[in-house]
Amino acid sequence: MKDWRYWLAEQRGTLLALGIFVAMFAIYSANHPAGFTANVVQTAANKGVLLAFVAMAQTLVVITAGIDLSVGMIFTLTNCLASWLVIGTGLETAFGVIAVLGTGLVCGAINGAIVIYGRLQPIVATIATGAVYFGLALLLRPFPGGSVNEDLADALTGRLFGLVPASLVALAVVVLIVWVPFSRSELGRAAYAAGSSETAAYMSGVPIRRGKFVAYTLAGLLAAIGGLFLTFFTYTGDAAYASGNAYTLFSIAAVVLGGVSLFGGKGSALGAIFGALAFRTIGDLLFVFDLDPLWQPLFQGVILLIAVSLGAFALFRVRNRLEWFL
Amino acid sequence: MDGAVPLFSMQGISKRYGGVRALEKAELSVTAGSIHAILGENGAGKSTLIKVMAGVVAPDEGRMLLDGSEVSFASPAAANRAGIVCIFQELSLIPELSVADNIVISDPPKRFGLIDRKAQRRIAEEALARAGASDIHPLALVKDLPLSRRQMVEIAKALARKPRILILDEATSALTATDVAKIFGVLKRLREEGLALLYISHRMNEIAELADQCTVFRNGRNVASYAAGSKSDSEVVELMIGREYSHIFPPKPARHGAAVPVLEARNLCWTDRLDNVSLTVGAGEVVGLGGLDGQGQRELLLAFFGVLRGLAGEILVDGKAVSIASPSAARDGRIGMALIPEDRKTEGLMLPMTVRENLSFAALDRLSKAGVIDRATEQRLIDDMVELLAIKTAGLDIPVGALSGGNQQKVVIAKWLMRQPRIVLLNDPTRGIDVGTKQELYQLMRKLADAGAAILFYSTDYDELIGCCDRVLVLYDGAVKRELVGAEITEHALIASALNIHGEGAGPLQGEGA
Repeated sequence: MKDWRYWLAEQRGTLLALGIFVAMFAIYSANHPAGFTANVVQTAANKGVLLAFVAMAQTLVVITAGIDLSVGMIFTLTNCLASWLVIGTGLETAFGVIAVLGTGLVCGAINGAIVIYGRLQPIVATIATGAVYFGLALLLRPFPGGSVNEDLADALTGRLFGLVPASLVALAVVVLIVWVPFSRSELGRAAYAAGSSETAAYMSGVPIRRGKFVAYTLAGLLAAIGGLFLTFFTYTGDAAYASGNAYTLFSIAAVVLGGVSLFGGKGSALGAIFGALAFRTIGDLLFVFDLDPLWQPLFQGVILLIAVSLGAFALFRVRNRLEWFL
Repeated sequence: MDGAVPLFSMQGISKRYGGVRALEKAELSVTAGSIHAILGENGAGKSTLIKVMAGVVAPDEGRMLLDGSEVSFASPAAANRAGIVCIFQELSLIPELSVADNIVISDPPKRFGLIDRKAQRRIAEEALARAGASDIHPLALVKDLPLSRRQMVEIAKALARKPRILILDEATSALTATDVAKIFGVLKRLREEGLALLYISHRMNEIAELADQCTVFRNGRNVASYAAGSKSDSEVVELMIGREYSHIFPPKPARHGAAVPVLEARNLCWTDRLDNVSLTVGAGEVVGLGGLDGQGQRELLLAFFGVLRGLAGEILVDGKAVSIASPSAARDGRIGMALIPEDRKTEGLMLPMTVRENLSFAALDRLSKAGVIDRATEQRLIDDMVELLAIKTAGLDIPVGALSGGNQQKVVIAKWLMRQPRIVLLNDPTRGIDVGTKQELYQLMRKLADAGAAILFYSTDYDELIGCCDRVLVLYDGAVKRELVGAEITEHALIASALNIHGEGAGPLQGEGA
């Protein structure tokens, strides 16, 4: 009878992130000159979805108790690649999309192989591969440029039935075909188990390596989907170093906001998505209050600190000090 | 059973770790439908033997036969597939996953390639019921369960894998008396179902109750195999330690009047775990805490050590009220308290760090001048401790995790003795430790008391409480239910008061109750 309580406890992080996002977005749209209209929602969705994809990618790796500092660079690389390939006739465009997504998979698989079979620390390994991926991006697009199949781009960044942002629908579809099967598969559970206690998982005969490998590989794929959407929004490819790095760091912030534990084994990509959307909204709050954009990073940092502190309030209720360290 | 082809046998198995021989031409054969006990001190090679069987380590030489044909296991998963399932001493549960997730972890039920949660729930409930632990909710996270419940989950998990050979390595050491009784029922039923069970325990009475066949290991070899019940306890212990075994417990000194109280508690209350606990521990006294596991003993020790917040009541040291806000306050100055924690691997030691570093941690403030560690003083104190406690280590600069369980525990104790504490709290310090080391610890405890220390000692082993303590306080549901002094400390009195059964010298205990 108490099943729902266990469910609630499991979803606490996700629900908290959803709460923060709803609160932030309410403030945002209430103060927006245009108000809560389909247009405002569409613009916000298109910005938020990019970070949401990258944050989902980060979640998969963080669940295994790793971290992927190359997600932003895979995002940049696939953006540059898409600006060459996703163009032309329907068939050519389809081929381009497959090639872009395949590139993401390969990038993720390389990360996974190095971390799992090469036994390198995820931080160092992905800093290195991230630099490589950015190097490739730079070779592809030394200067911003290129183009994309605009029909496809407009379809995926516009509105369905004049109301629902297509990018949000795309995000939901990706959740359904990537995250849901992963989280319910044996390999997904292996990824959680490896993140929570790798020795216990090994002793239980869990396929740790395959689980982690799939997590890294799918992370590459998700980052590539993000890169594809970036191309759809901007119609160009741009090997921008600062933007790639910012996406990596913001993805970590979004993951933490979304209740995913950096120690591994706990959390959900849904939480990370809400975390990403909330984080984006925080960044945009300034504009609706007509403040100088110079204040944006400072303001965003402060709000992020406050939001993350919410999760720490539970510590005040701890009566046994040993639980601080759990 | 006799003359039957063994279900599984190991022949001439050897394993070396670096220069250390863990197993040397060990032999073992296991028959279906019987419980086979393995005895031996820690470091006798039992753990390695099991790890070889369970596919965790590969032997250097020797062969293993299952149903008469040779087998080898590349991983625990391979051993599982062959029907060999092991319940390890170090828990193999994944803390962030639910009980049900853990029970089916090695082979989750699937539908359309995805995990079938309904089927998983059903399997988990069945397995928990089979292990006699249906009180555990399948959706609870393992990290939220106390140690004894986790151990029950571990057993349920093993049963869910439908083993042919089930290995239990100290599987009952964290369990309450009620759970042990349940588990014994389960094990006997499994034996009737035709499973082969390998049972490893340091508790002689458990082996006497369960085993059909016993094999004793010493120094990496099997030194004797015999039908259970054909040797006396002291013969068995002699086989295990290879020398005459006498006086496990040091004699207790005669008491003249009340000791000077050093540590005193008045009406301690904390959440629903401690209920008006009052006690005194005098200089030179060993006071035991008894009762079933999880009745507030651990919380009481943590309360003294300044770990609990929102503690009501008074703690007095040398008759003066003190407020202890943290472990570092507890160990300092005129309080001089030390706590030997329950779980040496997480609360006692930094496993990857060296023996030397671990020994110094609790006394760094005393070893340093102006914040710089004085290496010479450190070395002198460490040498004293290694000698005093006879710690067996290949050197001070190897990771402490490489030592055997008994020696690790000695390091935990030694690190506190470096401060010469006046009050020593011990939380079940002999769990999973071999007889020889236990005996050394009992003597050490008495030696500290004779030197004037006040000792508060929690143990789940009744024999220890009887053998070591001047007084025993029995806790039940967070409150002290009974105080036993001197000759009153008997097994019967301890069990009766642990189950909170009233009436002195009442007849047989009524049911498993509690």
